[in-house]
Amino acid sequence: MTPTDTHCPYCALQCGMRLHPAAAPRDPGAPPVEVGERPDFPVNHGALCGKGRTAAAVLSRAARLTAPLVRDRAGGSLREASWDEALDRVADGLRRTAARHGAAAAGVFGGGGLTNEKAYLLGKFARVVLRTPNIDYNGRFCMSSAAAAHRAAFGLDRGLPFPLEDVAGTGCVLLAGANPAETMPPALRYFTRLRENGGRLIVVDPRRTRTAAQADLHLRPLPGTDLALARGLLHLMITEGYLDEEFIAARTTGFAGARAAAMAHWPERVEQITGVPVTQLHAAARLFGAAATGMVLTARGSEQHSKGTDTVRAWIDLCLATGKAGRPGSGYGCLTGQGNGQGGREHGQKADQLPGYRSLTDPAARAHVAGVWGVDPATLPGPGLSAYEMLDTAGTPGGVRALLVMGSNPVVSAPRAAHVTRRLRALDFLAVGDVVLSETAELADVVLPAAQWAEETGTTTNLEGRVILRQAAVEPPPGVRTDLQVLAGLAARLGTTDGFPTAPEAVFDELRRASAGGPADYAGIDYARIRAEAGVFWPCPGPDHPGTPRLFLDRFATPDGRARFSTAGHRPEAEPPDARHPLHLTTGRVTAQYQSGAQTRRVTELNAAAPGPFVELHPHLAERLGITEGEVVAVTSRRGRALAPARITTTIRPDTVFMPFHWAGDGRANTLTNPALDPVSKMPEFKVCAVRVEKLPGGGAP
Amino acid sequence: MAAARLAQQLRDRTPPDAAEVTLYGAEPHPPYNRALLTAAVIGRHDPETLGLPYGDGTVLRTGTRVAAVDPAARVLRLSDGTTAPYDTLVLATGAAPVLPYELRGPRPARVHLLRTLADARALARDARDSARAVVVGGGVLGVSTAHALAGLGTRTDLVHAGPHLMHRHLDAGSAADLHRLLAGLGITARTGTRPTGLHGSPAVTAVTLADGDKLEADLVVLACGVRPRTGLARAAGLRVARGVVVDDRLTTSDPHVHAVGDCAEHRGTLHGLAGPAWDQADVLAARLADHVTGVPPRARHTGSRPVLRLAADGLHLAAFGDPAAPAGHDVLRLADARRGTSTRLVLHGDRLTGGVLLGDTGTAGDLLTLWRRADPLPGDPARLLVPEGAPT
Repeated sequence: MTPTDTHCPYCALQCGMRLHPAAAPRDPGAPPVEVGERPDFPVNHGALCGKGRTAAAVLSRAARLTAPLVRDRAGGSLREASWDEALDRVADGLRRTAARHGAAAAGVFGGGGLTNEKAYLLGKFARVVLRTPNIDYNGRFCMSSAAAAHRAAFGLDRGLPFPLEDVAGTGCVLLAGANPAETMPPALRYFTRLRENGGRLIVVDPRRTRTAAQADLHLRPLPGTDLALARGLLHLMITEGYLDEEFIAARTTGFAGARAAAMAHWPERVEQITGVPVTQLHAAARLFGAAATGMVLTARGSEQHSKGTDTVRAWIDLCLATGKAGRPGSGYGCLTGQGNGQGGREHGQKADQLPGYRSLTDPAARAHVAGVWGVDPATLPGPGLSAYEMLDTAGTPGGVRALLVMGSNPVVSAPRAAHVTRRLRALDFLAVGDVVLSETAELADVVLPAAQWAEETGTTTNLEGRVILRQAAVEPPPGVRTDLQVLAGLAARLGTTDGFPTAPEAVFDELRRASAGGPADYAGIDYARIRAEAGVFWPCPGPDHPGTPRLFLDRFATPDGRARFSTAGHRPEAEPPDARHPLHLTTGRVTAQYQSGAQTRRVTELNAAAPGPFVELHPHLAERLGITEGEVVAVTSRRGRALAPARITTTIRPDTVFMPFHWAGDGRANTLTNPALDPVSKMPEFKVCAVRVEKLPGGGAP
Repeated sequence: MAAARLAQQLRDRTPPDAAEVTLYGAEPHPPYNRALLTAAVIGRHDPETLGLPYGDGTVLRTGTRVAAVDPAARVLRLSDGTTAPYDTLVLATGAAPVLPYELRGPRPARVHLLRTLADARALARDARDSARAVVVGGGVLGVSTAHALAGLGTRTDLVHAGPHLMHRHLDAGSAADLHRLLAGLGITARTGTRPTGLHGSPAVTAVTLADGDKLEADLVVLACGVRPRTGLARAAGLRVARGVVVDDRLTTSDPHVHAVGDCAEHRGTLHGLAGPAWDQADVLAARLADHVTGVPPRARHTGSRPVLRLAADGLHLAAFGDPAAPAGHDVLRLADARRGTSTRLVLHGDRLTGGVLLGDTGTAGDLLTLWRRADPLPGDPARLLVPEGAPT
């Protein structure tokens, strides 16, 4: 076996890696490949974080599912079954629910880790086979606010409008709610190089993260106040003379509204809302305003709020007002989270979208995609429920009654997770396709074991909008099928024998046609080009088109080519602290675990580095509550209680506690989080809710 | 300002056609941010660009004074002689400058008030070629205006009738520190005296003081405080004390009439700051939005905890809570004469009840949060006096 060039199974950086055959495994269940460097891939140049280096461990038989599982009766246990039995049961479950409660009662819940081919075919399965409007995915919990803001401001949503390497050459980067040092270590090189080149780094984060510690300036706002902060900085751009009036006149519309919003956020007021001192506001304004080029990059910290879309738009306004957008070396970007968080939102597994980032409500878009699919446009359902709405109403009249989940673990990752778990239990039928027996799969009536990254070929689109190719290095083990095979099997059982190819390249060719002419146009991209060019940036409308590494240089993607300012001002979080719940809770990630932990919690080295949940609290708070390091404490919100050991650190604000969200059980952070939704993006407010922290009776011994 | 905030919040909280909102204002401009007028004087703001959001779809009637309110008929009489009916009326008439008795009547040229955009424009014009200015009034507006003029290179005297500068917000010790800080910026402050006459014709040349001194001046700014504009409410028969009296629902003695901002008196308290005015506007907007959408209004205004905050080059001040330290309270104070900074914190038991930061306000964000949340203070409160070093 020769080495195989592919990409990491985890985050949106999609680091290049080279898989080598494992040296004669002693144990037949051991991983068949070893992860090696792939220095020629431009994003990471060979560098990998601990998750990527150990990714092969999830291929070991002990870590994963190797046969379908079925449950014979509610409350019974899961037993192994044949693929035919498992697929028959899933088809029956979906069919029976649709017959009894209507097509919309069968739902599909996808994932941002699925390849473009899978995401595309999953959307087609929902709309053509099930004819249900109710398909959405966990990316709704990820970057949907940034996506909505991108589309409103620029007319197009691509995480970064430039290659990551441009970060190293800009004058000033403002990172809001992003912690690449811990969540995307191989990306940190670009920020380090930025500073070596004389560029400045401003980090906005309530926690002094490892990223914040490297910044020229760290602003530490109260959770839930980034919108006020962005407006306050726009105010200072205006008063301190940093506006680019020519750019505003030539390439934007709506500045008057943004200016009025900024006038309502003068520095002294912003200080009182955010807790960021006026002097630091001025310092940030100077660093960003005086730089000839600059970028604002956001991640979940700024986006996962009930005002996430407005917050991102306010950050974009800062770029527009200073002429730092649509020009080389400048712009707004979102550091997308999930492996295929970008591509996963472009090809039709989102409740309101068709492939190519087309709108489900646009008649021309419906006609085009229906043409590719060979169906009558009138048979395509309209927009359905967003992710949390679907989970919240699951098993209720009007909600979905049968659900197919692929590549997602909402029992751990959804907000108000205990409630979501109850709703999933209330379903008439639940099928879960996954690599491992996740906490969500444990609830399922049927579990479908899926092939993994090293075992199948398919494209993902990284955070830069670069379409890249994962290539199979080994065969999946017996008993495991690819998601494409699963969808073909289900479609056939439900009466659709055509249009569900199992060869990834055939699916991609169809995706290209479906996306042709759409905002995310992949028509000119093929596997051979991706291999030859180290990825191709969309839009790429034809085989002769070079792809588009840098967007918006001539015009923005709005009908008039101009970017749009926004008008929103600060509003409080959905759940401000009160006497019973006096502290803010914010949630996030640690380096050695990934998302719901379904994969990484099965890797020994990663568990050694990050064995379990914890609660970060400031020494002042710990002293007040009489809590010592390592002591198990209770964190309680209106939605439930979580238990985890205290980690006492000055890197957190005294009025705020932090929990990572990778674990199930007592330490599940999402038991506490608030499902208040952003009105535009339907993003839940993961990043701030009100809690109290208490010692356990008898003292939680470390 | 409060009216714009109310309209904007109401619009944000209601469907577009749920209610018709009309803003009446006597000034010719759309609503603007008065808190920025001092900055506009020194050119930090273009006076044309201070406009605030007032909500999409709000009908704006600028240059239209409301001459009278008929609460029984629920009708307004406007300065143009027409009338306009209402279902709900909100008074946000603000406050008007008060003048010492001796300075009432006709005034020489180059004597200014600073309450409106027109005032700011006129003052900015005259400040450009002023060599000696006198600012009358050592409150927030007077101090910040003196600072703004001094920043333009004008020799500036500040005259304050009270016992010490900003005596309603500062203790005597902090005021003395402020006095020194201003002196360093070229501002001579005199307290305990008041102007008795303005001299010069057509333009002002001097100000005489009660203590007999005479200050030369080619520019005078009168910043002697404000008084709620209550004439309209009084004439309409609404209950007025010092301001228009409102309850926790921000309702006046007439159930269809509300009042917010500088004109309103809530629980016996008047405020003259934007923060409390906006707090009130937000609560009333929530109530009115609930009302028009058919939800029982729940929001209540229980009072504001205003913060006095100046943040300009060389003049950084934050004052919050009670400046005095009543019996049973402890005072922590740290003054650094080298840097011209001082911090005073008032504690009651383990709670922070007030404070003054002068010169260096870098810890204001954290201290204000502690004060507002009334959290028990950690361990040795003395460590609040110095900014925490960067955690290592």
